[in-house]
Amino acid sequence: MIKTDILIIGAGPTGLFAVFEAGLLKLKCHILDSLPQPGGQLSELYPKKPIYDIPGFPEVLAGDLVNNLMEQIKQFEPGFTLGERAETIEKQEDGTFIVTSDKGKKFHALVVAIAGGLGSFEPRKPIIEDIEFYENKGVKYFIKNPEKFRNKRVVIAGGGDSALDWSVFLSNVASEVTLIHRRNEFRGALDSVEKVQELKNLGKIKMITPGEVVGLNGAEHLESIDVEINGAHRNIPTDYFIPLFGLTPKLGPIANWGLEIEKNAIKVNNALDYQTNIPGIFAIGDVNTYPGKLKLILCGFHEATLMCQAAYQIINPGKKYLMKYTTVSGIDGFDGTRKEAPKAVVKAID
Amino acid sequence: MTQDVTIKITDREGITHEVQAPTDMNMNVMELVSAYELAPEGTIGICGGMAMCASCQCYVLNQVPLPERNDDEEAMLSEAFNVKVNSRLGCQIYITNALEGLEIALAPES
Repeated sequence: MIKTDILIIGAGPTGLFAVFEAGLLKLKCHILDSLPQPGGQLSELYPKKPIYDIPGFPEVLAGDLVNNLMEQIKQFEPGFTLGERAETIEKQEDGTFIVTSDKGKKFHALVVAIAGGLGSFEPRKPIIEDIEFYENKGVKYFIKNPEKFRNKRVVIAGGGDSALDWSVFLSNVASEVTLIHRRNEFRGALDSVEKVQELKNLGKIKMITPGEVVGLNGAEHLESIDVEINGAHRNIPTDYFIPLFGLTPKLGPIANWGLEIEKNAIKVNNALDYQTNIPGIFAIGDVNTYPGKLKLILCGFHEATLMCQAAYQIINPGKKYLMKYTTVSGIDGFDGTRKEAPKAVVKAID
Repeated sequence: MTQDVTIKITDREGITHEVQAPTDMNMNVMELVSAYELAPEGTIGICGGMAMCASCQCYVLNQVPLPERNDDEEAMLSEAFNVKVNSRLGCQIYITNALEGLEIALAPES
């Protein structure tokens, strides 16, 4: 069991910045996120795109903002559990919480802050009849253990980086790799496209473009797929079909935690402290809603700051605290480091 | 003052709404649908308008001069579901005077 003061669900910019504000109040944080890397949408969807409305940054790349936030919170040594989704929450008799991930990991927290953005990212599933039946029977949306595909026949569908990169990788593992895309153009990184071209020329990757997988066949396990190519159907025997059409956020299990939901978001008590209808559970950033809500990173930062003040009161009832200015008081990290403004030099003039 | 244009939007329930769209606010069709709340929040404009999610896919129902699909839109539509020949991403269609009388239907949520 991982124990922490605040369990933050969601490693997007709001969740990351909450670690900093909590750290100033001597509160320790652990972050849980379903994606394998921190940054949320910024890392997953648009790391190379510029953002222009972060105060003090006329322009910052989304990926750089995440890197800066990670640097900013390093002193407060947050714990990270990545690649796991928050599944259930149980409120204990003493008012604390136990959150369990989809992999069964348990987190004991005094306060829970949901900074889940638009939800956890889940694969976009193509609309093919019976595809659910074949999930885990040959249809895979994620590749966790590439060895599973050793000496197997694999069909990958998609036109982005993950489809290209996994085609390249699996060409050295699988007995046969076929890449299917609805058109000839791929929007992946140029070197990935070139690598696939090279492997296609060497006969190590088969390409079907334009083509679309329209049917799946097999009694107990996937045995073949039907592909539509220029209006004609072709049957291709395969052991695995891996559709890689990107990820889409879904509110997921959090929607069943007894929280008030409105407009696909968690209702909070307006601008007081962003607490939900369950005391001790807060919702900050894009995941919450209240009158006047704006889904902006800068608003998420503000919400994280106010949330931490309220969390402090819950965790330390009756204990006095006055907000400090970091310029005045400096920052004491949990790692023993200290940042502070240089002291003024007092020197007499003769 | 610039003129608004009238656009007809059929939502995912099949109900058609005639809305006034400002031409001077640099708005696109996805934002118009969101502003009039014609699709539940969280089901449209998920990527914020970067042509990266296709949650704003719509079908163009009449002949109105529209900007050509750009590379990003083509790429996204080539990976989206329920795509038809008249599919467009609402976030890539900016509202100008040329859009007067445009009729669209929102594609199903996928």
